[in-house]
Amino acid sequence: MAVGTASARFTGVDFYQMDTLLSEEERAIRDTVRAWVDEHLMPVIGQHYIDGTFPKQLIPGLAELGVLGANLPEEYGCAGLNNVAYGLIMQELERGDSGVRSFASVQGGLVMYPIYAFGSEEQKKHWLPRLAAGTEIGCFGLTEPDYGSNPGGMITTARETADGWVLNGAKMWITNGSQATVSIIWAKTGDLKDSKSIRGFIVPTNIPGFTARDQKGKLSLRASDTSELVLVDVKVPKDAILPKSGGLKSPLMCLTQARYGISWGAIGAAMACYEEALSYSKTRVMFDRPIGQTQIQQVRLADMLTEITKAQLLSLQLGRLKDAGTMTPQQVSLAKRNNVDIACECAREARRLLGANGILVEYHSMRHLANLESVYTYEGTHDMHSLILGQEVTGLSAF
Amino acid sequence: MKIAVCLKRVPDTEMRFAIAPDGKSVDPTGLKFEISTFDEYAVEVALRLNEAHGPGETTVIGIGPDALAELLRKALSMGVDRAVHLTAAEVPYDSLAVAQALAAELKDGGYDLVLFGRNATDTGSGAAGAMTAHLLGLPCVTAVAQLELAGGTGTAKRELEGATETVSFPLPAVLTIDEGIARPRIPSLKGIMAAKKKPLDVRPAQLGNAGVVVEKLELPAERQAGRIVGEGADAVPELIRVLREEAKVL
Amino acid sequence: MANMFAFAEARGGQLRKVAAETVAAARQAANATGGGQVYALVLGGPGIREAAMILGGYGADVVMVVEHADLGHDRPEVWAATAAARIRDKNCRAAFFSASAEGRDLAPRVAAILGVGLAADVTSFEMAGDVVRVRHPVYTGKAIATLRVEGTPAVVSLRPGAIAAVEESRTCSVESGTPAIDPGTAKVVVTEVGSRGAAKLDLADAPVIVAGGRGLKAKENFALMEDLAAAFGNAAVGATRAVTDDGWRDPADQIGQTGRLVSPQLYIGVGISGAIQHLAGMRTSKVIVAINRDKDAPIFKVADYGIVGDLFEIVPRLTEAVKKVRSEG
Repeated sequence: MAVGTASARFTGVDFYQMDTLLSEEERAIRDTVRAWVDEHLMPVIGQHYIDGTFPKQLIPGLAELGVLGANLPEEYGCAGLNNVAYGLIMQELERGDSGVRSFASVQGGLVMYPIYAFGSEEQKKHWLPRLAAGTEIGCFGLTEPDYGSNPGGMITTARETADGWVLNGAKMWITNGSQATVSIIWAKTGDLKDSKSIRGFIVPTNIPGFTARDQKGKLSLRASDTSELVLVDVKVPKDAILPKSGGLKSPLMCLTQARYGISWGAIGAAMACYEEALSYSKTRVMFDRPIGQTQIQQVRLADMLTEITKAQLLSLQLGRLKDAGTMTPQQVSLAKRNNVDIACECAREARRLLGANGILVEYHSMRHLANLESVYTYEGTHDMHSLILGQEVTGLSAF
Repeated sequence: MKIAVCLKRVPDTEMRFAIAPDGKSVDPTGLKFEISTFDEYAVEVALRLNEAHGPGETTVIGIGPDALAELLRKALSMGVDRAVHLTAAEVPYDSLAVAQALAAELKDGGYDLVLFGRNATDTGSGAAGAMTAHLLGLPCVTAVAQLELAGGTGTAKRELEGATETVSFPLPAVLTIDEGIARPRIPSLKGIMAAKKKPLDVRPAQLGNAGVVVEKLELPAERQAGRIVGEGADAVPELIRVLREEAKVL
Repeated sequence: MANMFAFAEARGGQLRKVAAETVAAARQAANATGGGQVYALVLGGPGIREAAMILGGYGADVVMVVEHADLGHDRPEVWAATAAARIRDKNCRAAFFSASAEGRDLAPRVAAILGVGLAADVTSFEMAGDVVRVRHPVYTGKAIATLRVEGTPAVVSLRPGAIAAVEESRTCSVESGTPAIDPGTAKVVVTEVGSRGAAKLDLADAPVIVAGGRGLKAKENFALMEDLAAAFGNAAVGATRAVTDDGWRDPADQIGQTGRLVSPQLYIGVGISGAIQHLAGMRTSKVIVAINRDKDAPIFKVADYGIVGDLFEIVPRLTEAVKKVRSEG
């Protein structure tokens, strides 16, 4: 199978010379993760996807590379990078696979970040270096079987006792759940109607009453662990609570971090599909000419290139705003919504351009296509972000 | 050990390029540059030697324009301790002119080993290493495929057509590194951040005069389009026929 | 009338094929500049003198032989010093070396000793009047550079196989001499030479190369390539980077940008898609044949002839056909 695998090295898409808008360091960071993905992830991801297993043997390598919690400070064992660099890392990981990028998003944005933002100094000093090193794996327990788009309605409870807290409830669609050694559980400490009583707890996964079980039968994000968590009278000490957490705002701030990374990640997936389609179109011959010489395929490629270029500029500016401290969650909603949507389109169009070959795992577009359906849905569905933006501009809630 | 690695900035070997209007160089528009492949192996060798043999210092040295600095920092991000940038608007084709500039920089450095890649992936002469060794008065072993050091002596294996040769040599020495000896490490993010703080000295290159000069650079003549002579094993007789009668190589 | 120098490489008491190419090149250069003397230098262990005599058949006027007990193995320091000294003594206008593995080591040393530049791995040269011009593939074969070599002598190394070892008989005299430096003082010492199989033809010397790639599917299937090579009788088996990385073949057999650059008369690529990396190593072959089941494989773009189909059916048939042709002589 010569077509579509011409060069092992991914060279990216940069139609508008975005590289000139990046610092040398940002380019170096992007290039190193790109090279790592080429060398370590690409050779194995197809098989893991088919088998439905997360390539956990890559965790030490990812940790050593420094991508876990990369935008958190060096004093906690993290790389201390700026947010554009963090975004580029997510982009390059997702160029490989959305499931692997999900692992890094959860570990960094949804486990390390809340500990960093809402935790005590002891908690930060204990957990962050270990999570950065990959010796502890975390998961983020917010979503519940009946509370997805409406996390404020959650029914997981945390009741205070003399020597700690007792947690009861169930979480669902939890990435890393079954392999996590620690979880960040969001639970209501007060009345079930009171979302202000939501607090975050650091809960090791090996304590009595805590079970995690993989959800089976997934047709998307197959190279990722997606689990149910069940907590039955799980007892944790007083210092398990994230002291600075309070209300729905806390987990939403975490989601903003993750969504930011996802807006970049989606670009990676889109680029992977576009590059594959472009390469194929130049060498696949039908009716005595390369299919890239036909008008229909050229329109496909032009559309993909256009959307990728727009998405790149969107995320870059978003990253600069984040680094300036002025980024708003609604700005993140716009980027996540747009970039994931166009990535879904790129994947689908690329898959179609690839013809019959496009349904084989040795081509990447259909795997990306399937994965991106989850990315479209999680971290705020596309529709939820529409409503966030609608509310932002009209001042009227249509939720 | 004090180890120096000389590296060259070359166009990315997988890219297509065009000939510049002057007819003797490559058009730089849109071209990406990288560290020449064998030089990266040499950097990796240097890093591994110092990791295996106790504390030491690795230095990379390169000749080139401002853009070379980014590649020197890549070597620093791999773990090299310091970099020297010998500035020159253009790197001459002539390996002796290059060797003269490198030797001038290396001679007072007190290096135990000076490493080069076997040859640069652009000009492909493979001469700068041995020439620099001569100018420094140091022993030289080229195309090293395996390397061991003990005491003040080294043992290297080299691939010569049809044979593997084992040589021993004293330190200090100059070696040129072949492929297969070590895969270059991918820099970690911490390495990239640390690179910014490592010393990068800049001074003008003292290039010699060039005695080998590029007069013209051209794309290779397109091979005449070939043809598929048939499908499957049944095409073999036809292949034999054309190889005998047309190509006359059988 | 200018004198020319050729370094004639020897190994294991025999002259290598590239020695003839180098001498023939020097002869060509001498003929182009008024017909000066061609001096060929041979260094080796005792007995090398006998072997050196064949160089007269390729145009050497004088064969300078240096026989020494310590020169049985490669001795670049000694060779370089001796070559440089002879080039100066004989006032040679140009000095030719092969760009073989040893030549790539030796020629730069000689040039540095003489204080001149080196035109390495050259595929053609011309000497017109006082100007020496050479051509050399650069950027891993993606472009060809035409170089002017200034200074005297012009030191040139020739890509193996690029210059034909044209026979031109001369009455040739022998000068016996001693090495320019005492071999005992050499710092780099060869302690062992492992041959990879005495009868095995090397990629640089073989007029025919049959190369296998991933399409062969498994290490054992390279037996098909060995059989085909054996059928030719004068073929070597090469490999792509993919299969040497996987350990199916010795890395020294890898043809490509970071491996061997070859220029055989006939190259047959089997189960090789034709990645740029590999093409860089063989695109200067005189005739290229490709066998691959994918008709869109990039290798067909550089091949002169191709067969599309299952190599497991085609190659054995080809082997039979070649055997038949060879036996019909």
